Amino acid sequence: MILVLAEQRHGTLNRASSEAIAAAQALAGGMPIKVAVLGESVGGVAQELARTDVAEVLVAEHDALGTYTPDAFTMAAQSIVAATTPAFVVLAHTYQARDFAPMLAARLTTTLLTDVIGINGSGASATFSRPMFQGKLVATVRPKATGPCIVTFQIGAFRADAVRTGGGAPVRTIDVTIDAGAIRQKPEPPFQEAKQAVDLGQAERIVAVGRGIKSQEHLPLVQKLAAAMGAEMAASRPICDNGWLPMERQVGSSGQTVAPKLYVALGISGAIQHLVGMKGSRTIVAINKDRDAPIFEVADYGIVGDLFEIVPALIAELEKK
Amino acid sequence: MKIAVCIKQVPTREWQPRLNDAKTWIREQDAAFEMNEPDAYALEEALRLREKHSGEVVVCAAGPTRIQQVLREALARGADRAVHVEDDALGSADAAVTAEALGAAMADEKFDLVLTGLQSDDQGHAQTGVILAERLGIPHSTIVMEVQINGRDLRVKRELEGGWFQWIAMPLPALLTIQSGINQLRYATLKGIMAAKKKEIRKVAMAPGLQAGQEIVSLALPTRSKQTRLIDGSPAQAAQDLVKRLREEARVL
Repeated sequence: MILVLAEQRHGTLNRASSEAIAAAQALAGGMPIKVAVLGESVGGVAQELARTDVAEVLVAEHDALGTYTPDAFTMAAQSIVAATTPAFVVLAHTYQARDFAPMLAARLTTTLLTDVIGINGSGASATFSRPMFQGKLVATVRPKATGPCIVTFQIGAFRADAVRTGGGAPVRTIDVTIDAGAIRQKPEPPFQEAKQAVDLGQAERIVAVGRGIKSQEHLPLVQKLAAAMGAEMAASRPICDNGWLPMERQVGSSGQTVAPKLYVALGISGAIQHLVGMKGSRTIVAINKDRDAPIFEVADYGIVGDLFEIVPALIAELEKK
Repeated sequence: MKIAVCIKQVPTREWQPRLNDAKTWIREQDAAFEMNEPDAYALEEALRLREKHSGEVVVCAAGPTRIQQVLREALARGADRAVHVEDDALGSADAAVTAEALGAAMADEKFDLVLTGLQSDDQGHAQTGVILAERLGIPHSTIVMEVQINGRDLRVKRELEGGWFQWIAMPLPALLTIQSGINQLRYATLKGIMAAKKKEIRKVAMAPGLQAGQEIVSLALPTRSKQTRLIDGSPAQAAQDLVKRLREEARVL
């Protein structure tokens, strides 16, 4: 049996959890799937989950699950695992899963496979594909522990719209044991740093820049290309970390997720954290000096070369009338 | 304040992947190595906390002899001493084994705060820190962008997805996984490099009987999900060809 731990916030199901259900369906090989949702009041999410082709939806409601803490969620997940004895526990590789899944694995003394992008075979004998070395290589890995194997799936690796729907799965409340005194973290309400002035999600074209730009002095060159293309300027994380562009222009797992008509990646190697934020773009252009850079795996058009030679040539070409 | 920083040595960003004959690991003899980038930010954060609250920064790592390079570098940047859990098997060990090996070597030190990067640029499991916290019996928080300490109270700013953040309070001792960009890195000075030569690197044998959670069956170059059209020629020719294709083929300009 496969247990999916679905993620919700304020009664809204995380889209990545639908992808996790699709992954569980691909992994199942005849095993029944149960989806558990943890929170304070999650009946609506449970009803939404019941429309998928799963054996059962489990509702774990508790005061201590209203605001996420790794301690409370791990204790709740332990309870559910103990009651259901799954072969696999499946989650989306979200920041929340990254925060508590390793703790759950440690408490259960079991295997955790993270950031999985593919399943080879199905059922108990399945092996899993996951990126390594910043996406330069893909590893096929096999779980070794005898306990339930916990697997987190990379966002976008499976499609949410590929989830098979069913005839209305039964929804059942499941009791979880949480020792409130054992919750060590005290969370404050989430907030956004500043009102985002740029909504990259609405941009039709984006020119994004990465480490290859080398220094802040070269940014006007990128700006000029963006202007010539009628594009917004964006960046990978290191550029924003250096303060060369504001954080609100960051594309990737910690920044914005975009899917413009045209995405031009300049000097961006294509770390997974960046790719998840832009690989849904309709047309992707990569310009990079490293032919083996992972960005070329998602690119429709690629130029291998020095961006300091190619970008001025592109600007000149675009300004030709 | 007694602060530990767990660091890892990983192949450089410029490294071109080459596999061993069994295709189960990389050809290490071809690789150049450096400090895992998020770990460098964790080290910097520890040095800044020591400047503010005084105390000691101990850099800890698990790996073969080659990792002395990054331990020396951390000492040159200002760490006070190092603990090296040394074993050849740790070069390609998974997160479970690495965390257990570090935990066994670190437990007796009774650190007030343990920092590490949020994930490694090699295997990228993003779990070693959290498992280590469990082994040390201390609370944790992950993907941290700011650290405040007041006596025994710790308050950290956690990065959430999509530009959201959250403050979380917890008591010391605790473990934090640090996000890149939390601070501006310092580099080793000549004086630091000289001073590092006299600093202690304590070698510890790996605890026996550690169980891996997973096994790498094989490694391969990724298959392309898209057929990429590579455009050749001089910069001017390539630019002309690309713009034409974007206008006429993809129709996005």
